[in-house]
Amino acid sequence: MKPSLVNTAEPATYAQIWTFRTPRARLALWVGWLALVALFVYCWQVMNAETMWVFVADAPTQAADIGSRMWPPSLSYLPELMKPLWDTLNIATLGTLGGVIMAVPVAFLAARNTTPSVALIRPLALWVIVASRSINSLIWALLLVAIIGPGLLAGVVAIALRSIGFVGKLLYEAIEETDIRQVEAVSATGASAMQRLNYAIVPQILPAFWGITMFRWDINIRESTILGLVGAGGIGLKLQSSINVLAWPQVATILLLILGTVIVSEWISARVRHAIL
Amino acid sequence: MSLGTTYPTHWRRPPRMLRDRRWRLVVQGAALVYLVLAVGSLDIEWSRVVEGLARGQAFVEGFLQPDFTSRWGDIRQGLIESLTMTLTATVVGVLISVPIGIGGARNLVPAPVYAVCRTIIAVSRSLQEIIIAIFLVAMFGFGPLAGFMTLSFASIGFIAKLLAEDIEECDVHQIEAVRATGASWWQVLHYAIQPQVMPRLIGLSMYRLDINFRESAVIGIVGAGGIGATLNTAIDRYEYDSAGAILLIVIVIVMLSEYGSSYLRRFLQ
Amino acid sequence: MLELQQLSKTYATGDTALQDVSFMVPRGQVAGLIGPSGAGKSTLIRCINRLVDPSAGRILLGETDLAQVGRAELRRQRRRIGMIFQEYALVERLTVMENVLSGRLGYVPFWRSFTRRFPGHDIENAYRLLDRVGLLEKADKRADALSGGQRQRVGIARALAQEPALLLVDEPTASLDPKTSRQIMRLIIEICDERELPAIVNIHDVPLAQQFMHRIIGLREGAVVFDGAPAALDEAVLGDIYGAEDWTAMRREHEEDQAAEADATRRVAEVAR
Repeated sequence: MKPSLVNTAEPATYAQIWTFRTPRARLALWVGWLALVALFVYCWQVMNAETMWVFVADAPTQAADIGSRMWPPSLSYLPELMKPLWDTLNIATLGTLGGVIMAVPVAFLAARNTTPSVALIRPLALWVIVASRSINSLIWALLLVAIIGPGLLAGVVAIALRSIGFVGKLLYEAIEETDIRQVEAVSATGASAMQRLNYAIVPQILPAFWGITMFRWDINIRESTILGLVGAGGIGLKLQSSINVLAWPQVATILLLILGTVIVSEWISARVRHAIL
Repeated sequence: MSLGTTYPTHWRRPPRMLRDRRWRLVVQGAALVYLVLAVGSLDIEWSRVVEGLARGQAFVEGFLQPDFTSRWGDIRQGLIESLTMTLTATVVGVLISVPIGIGGARNLVPAPVYAVCRTIIAVSRSLQEIIIAIFLVAMFGFGPLAGFMTLSFASIGFIAKLLAEDIEECDVHQIEAVRATGASWWQVLHYAIQPQVMPRLIGLSMYRLDINFRESAVIGIVGAGGIGATLNTAIDRYEYDSAGAILLIVIVIVMLSEYGSSYLRRFLQ
Repeated sequence: MLELQQLSKTYATGDTALQDVSFMVPRGQVAGLIGPSGAGKSTLIRCINRLVDPSAGRILLGETDLAQVGRAELRRQRRRIGMIFQEYALVERLTVMENVLSGRLGYVPFWRSFTRRFPGHDIENAYRLLDRVGLLEKADKRADALSGGQRQRVGIARALAQEPALLLVDEPTASLDPKTSRQIMRLIIEICDERELPAIVNIHDVPLAQQFMHRIIGLREGAVVFDGAPAALDEAVLGDIYGAEDWTAMRREHEEDQAAEADATRRVAEVAR
């Protein structure tokens, strides 16, 4: 028997009030927002317990003062900046290189489908990735300058250590997303574990690998410009010394140069990634 | 089928890029020269490095046996500053980002508004947090307020850019459908854009919260308050066990916030 | 020669995929494995080269019991077993030649495979196989630049490069159109005849199986319910394998397909005239 489409028993009545969520969900939502506002106010008060509002009130004048001193940028300072700029580029490039070299094995150990041991080695590799990612390259540089002394080497190592986590994370995700059937087919020919990596997994992740590397290189250029602030070489050193002697026109020149470098490197990185994919 | 033919016994994989052999040699040579020059410019002082190894070992030991107690007062103060400025800066950053993000979406606003908003985004994105912090510390004095301002400013570029891109990618049909009902600009925003963009905005805010905390550990180095200042002092004094403790706390908080935000995002969807 | 004795497989989830499967495939015979999806066809084929580990039973290839071999020996045994996959399973981003040469991976040391410097006779043989499947000109193309039928030919060449003693074929035509399907099937049969290769072919298309296979094995819920010549495969048996209702539906679908194809051929012929 087919159910009748028209309900002839009695005319239907419909609710006249329509709400998007159930009353309970709406209540929970409002309570959530209220809690956020309360938390914000509380944090604000804790944070500003010791703020000297006199200084804050003075801020616009300060800003105007610094701004007027920065203009015009001192262009004659530019030639002196070329060597530090070259150093900065080297820090970023060598650091990326070193970071990628270290990140590749970590990524293979962290990926579920290539790790030798899910119970033991994988958590260890993931820990390395998280630790490297949580700590900013400037902090790595701070540590390394204290340990191996100021200079470019500290910068390169700092950039490399920070890159492990970034490259490692994206790469192991790419490894886990590889097509299992291609791996199965290569295993079925009697390939060893290393041959399986070489023939089935590496070809699949290669484009992702180059993309990630270029992406990180671009970020590293950005980050290496400031490593000099803690003594790890490059253009940041000049920035630090110019700020210390309050040479604002030089500061303006350096900032413009950094800005230009970042834009160019972003452009290069985007072009290369576009060409690969 | 060709029965009598013989087949080559050599095969080399054709190059993927740079098919011309000469160009390949040029590029490989240039890369090698660069590498030699770059490594040469490092100017490594090996005696200093060797000397540093002992200190490196001390740091690793400090990291493995962190000392939470002897500087606990400073660590606690730094953490409170970091956490409060992270939260307030994220909230303020998101609040300011939303109008700027909407203004940066080409499909919603007239060209002049678009240009202004995109400029703000570009400025905020191209300046490093640490550089902004230097200036804001010079303007507002030392302390977490400068840090708060820095992080808010940096959040604007990040969230507004991604939000604007999200709005531009919104399903055009839904927007048209709502517009066709005779809805005003505000109603289009509310009924067509907001439902599509809201989950992403919450996700972005959580992600930015995470980034802001990590950054708050850095900007203290130039005097903007937070755990970074404590860390800087610890390293300056060669107190590696305290530094190790601080770094461990940072790592654990970042891990927790990553788990927390992925949980919250799943809960909200 | 391949012999299965009481082969069983129960997955960790408790699902029984195979129970007490026993049969023998002599030299040169191509045995078609038919049955509804979930009958355990794929598991059976994967048990033989141990992509899936069987729970019990013996798999005798010549003298060796494949179910018992250790890791190193398994590698040596796998290279004797060529496998052809449903979705071709080529490494898409490698060249056709590399895909064919990957059939030799079990025979060469790692450094040779890594530098792609395979022995001369391997390369010569790879070219011969590519010529045999009609893709000699495509050797340096990347696998993802080929059409479905061409990819499956590369898959066949890869399996043959292993110089196998047994061929496992898993739904070779499932992602191909009817015409290409028949070409591929014919190629597989010809090659098995040329080399007197025993083969097991998973196949969901019953008419195709009846047309090409030397022998049909019907699987239902992990057990052999039919084993005999294609001619002996009548309505009653098929109803038994697939369940009466499903079989009628499948048959009707196939007839419609054939009618449509015949119609298309006729129209093309008319246009050509």
